[in-house]
Amino acid sequence: MTFFLQALSSGLALGTVYALLALGFVIIYRATDVLSFSQPALMVFGAYWTVYFATVIGWNFWVALVLAAVIGAAVGWLVERVLLRPLVGRPPFSAVMVTIGLDIVLRVITDDLLGISQRTVGDPFGLQVVNWGGVTIPRSNIATVLGAILVISLLLVFYRTTKFGLAMRAAAFDQEAAMAQGIPVGRMYGLAWALAGSMAAIAGTFISMGNSSLSRSTWVFALRALPVIVLGGLDSIRGAIVGGLLIGVIERMVGAYQPGTAPWLGAGFEQVVPYIVMVIVLLVKPYGLFGTREVTRV
Amino acid sequence: MARPRMIGDHGQAMALVRTPTKAFWLTALLLVAFSAPIWMSNGLLFLLIAGLAYVVGAIGLNLVTGFAGQLSLGHAFFLAVGAYTATFISSESTGTTVGLGIPEILVWLPAAGIVAGLAGLLVGPIATRLKGLYLAIVTLGLVFVGDHVLREWSSLTGGVGFGRAAPDPTLLGIDLARTGPILGIEVARSALLYWFSLVVAIVLTILALNLVRSRIGRAFQAVRDRDVAAEVMGIDLTRTKLIAFTVSSAYAGLAGAMFAMRLETIEATQFNLLLSFLFIAMILVGGISSIPGAIVGALLIATLPSMAGPISDVVTPIFDVLAFWRGDAGFPLDTFQLEQLLYGSLLITFVLLEPRGLMGLWLRIRNYWRAFPFSY
Repeated sequence: MTFFLQALSSGLALGTVYALLALGFVIIYRATDVLSFSQPALMVFGAYWTVYFATVIGWNFWVALVLAAVIGAAVGWLVERVLLRPLVGRPPFSAVMVTIGLDIVLRVITDDLLGISQRTVGDPFGLQVVNWGGVTIPRSNIATVLGAILVISLLLVFYRTTKFGLAMRAAAFDQEAAMAQGIPVGRMYGLAWALAGSMAAIAGTFISMGNSSLSRSTWVFALRALPVIVLGGLDSIRGAIVGGLLIGVIERMVGAYQPGTAPWLGAGFEQVVPYIVMVIVLLVKPYGLFGTREVTRV
Repeated sequence: MARPRMIGDHGQAMALVRTPTKAFWLTALLLVAFSAPIWMSNGLLFLLIAGLAYVVGAIGLNLVTGFAGQLSLGHAFFLAVGAYTATFISSESTGTTVGLGIPEILVWLPAAGIVAGLAGLLVGPIATRLKGLYLAIVTLGLVFVGDHVLREWSSLTGGVGFGRAAPDPTLLGIDLARTGPILGIEVARSALLYWFSLVVAIVLTILALNLVRSRIGRAFQAVRDRDVAAEVMGIDLTRTKLIAFTVSSAYAGLAGAMFAMRLETIEATQFNLLLSFLFIAMILVGGISSIPGAIVGALLIATLPSMAGPISDVVTPIFDVLAFWRGDAGFPLDTFQLEQLLYGSLLITFVLLEPRGLMGLWLRIRNYWRAFPFSY
């Protein structure tokens, strides 16, 4: 039972990070109909700045995290303005290709910034654990869950209740109608990318806290958020959160039980589980759990 | 009076070589291509052999993504299937790896295509249920699952970090990898391998050109442009998508085998997402939904490593500035990173400025000069 709860707790921590990342994808997709493949690079690039401010300059970790989120937002905004704005009105396919190219280029730059060593993000938790009824939980996991809940709630409040959130939703729903109401649709696209960029930076930092670290291979985490959004539906915020938690828990459960029960599946099998879950769900529900069905018109 | 250069019927309009000018330049190009081992350096020829494998793979990806409009990020997976089928058939069993030990290229090359095509046929049904970006993500998942399988299946791949000997190309008893002068003429190393790859690439190019000019090819394009309209016109969507996936995967399998045969060893981790991205870059830089475009793009991307040196001189100082705070700053980017930097930037530049790629650029230049000095 303890073993189970331990896997569950670490799964939930991972799941909230996936949810954060997935929300970034979903916000961009809802606003612009583009799936951003540059999220992995933005994540590592953003988290790098936490490393820089917290460990190289030596500022407080939380200050560093906020600064990294701001830089992430700035980069996201810049990317939209420079690379994606010219593509508005062209098929989404082109924009997707640009995000792939950006991911490749930005990742080379980030790899060079990071160097080949593992870098700690300078979080105050280190390897500390708390013990709740026999279940040991790393403090960094608790911080991750609380932090992610805070960020996601802020985002939802922003998206659901503020004027900007309303404008973003209107722009996502119908560009022309939104423009006719005086909403600067282009600026809303920039805002969506900025939000996604900052969430990627925060997620990248969270995932490198505790006993893990930031390195050149951290980016694959963000790619595992892709099954999450497909599972939840590309355009569903609820789907991103539910899918994130689901995939996080399943991944850690498999990681805990598969080596004992099915060793023939090989080491590191839990890392491909998200993709397998995704394929199975898609075969049954082609638009994910909460995704909007595409209406076909002749 | 007969007008010999007037296109009078459909057959002439769809001919592969329509004008004497085209025939002339095509012949010249083929002469240059076939004589390459005589005047080209060993290193460049070696890159070109990879380039020919890329050509085949890029044509395959262009069939499914460019013509049929199904964005596939899973190309690396099918390349892996082809490469390992070839290796399995051609290599002998050793203590750690299994193999059939049939080095005859006429056996393992078609087999690689067929097995990869069957794999495409298996994945196809998923693809026919999904649309657009959902499909892209599922095929991306395929690469990761395939990568995991290859890492774990060490009796086939030799295991991570070890790899196994790549297939040995033997054509009707002649070792294609042998060196030395041929018929008394001094040629570059692995000239035979190059000629063989060239012939295979040409044959597959003609097959692809015929496919896209046929009923099936037009069905591909109808599905890409508007799938609902295509369905209404009586095109079987499932069947068309399945054909596109199968043919494309078969091409990828052949490309994987051709890519593997020039290497000493192949390793399981080569077939990752970056390889898929590389192929996407090829067709976008060359020209989407254009077979010549795929060829040009593949050859350009394949020869990028030869430009790595000069680019490195420019890029390294900039990167040193970026990594100012790090103690270990100053080591140059490796060739692989430079290559990534180059094709990533090329990809962005072309999509933003010339969405039809090098082919679009060429069409614009040609149309400008065709009517020179009049603008139209």
